Amino acid sequence: MNVLRVDVLFQIAGIGIFISVLNIVLKQAGKEEQAQMLTLVGVVIVLLLVLQLVGDLFESIRVIFNLF
Amino acid sequence: MEVAQVVGFGVIATVFIIFIRQNRPDIAQLLSIGVGVIIVVYVLGYLKMIVDVITDLALEAEINTIFLRTLLRVIGVAYLAEFGAQVCRDAGEGSIAGKIEFAGKLIILVMAIPVLLAVLESIISFVP
Repeated sequence: MNVLRVDVLFQIAGIGIFISVLNIVLKQAGKEEQAQMLTLVGVVIVLLLVLQLVGDLFESIRVIFNLF
Repeated sequence: MEVAQVVGFGVIATVFIIFIRQNRPDIAQLLSIGVGVIIVVYVLGYLKMIVDVITDLALEAEINTIFLRTLLRVIGVAYLAEFGAQVCRDAGEGSIAGKIEFAGKLIILVMAIPVLLAVLESIISFVP
């Protein structure tokens, strides 16, 4: 029985909230470019986390249904 | 008991997604994909048990393993295609979702051809 990966959920949610808060702060400080770069970095990190999850899903589906 | 975990997890994730969607819709979309995957991976253990039971029953009944392998692979392809289509539809890309489903159907058809031929041959052998 696999365990419910709650840690990944909180990581992604944490990054999302952190990015949105920092964006607002940076916009106040007038640093638009840094805000954009920060958004990009945040999305890339979240994308990597989600890709790992999807990779695990595809691997276990492949094993169960011996697909490929 | 597992149901309560899954339901609680889903509700908490939904709250997070609603909160994040205001500022960062892209991260919210990725989060919803991630939550879906986490729940499915959590339940895959049961799916493996079911598939093993079916395989054992088929072996006892001496069913030709080719048919069972094709059946399991078709189910796998159908599930993955549906997963991809659902993700795209959530993101608002209905047309891409339709294309993925179309591709899934074609792949399933290609996989089912050997079984189809076997059935036809057995029918033809009955005809005098």
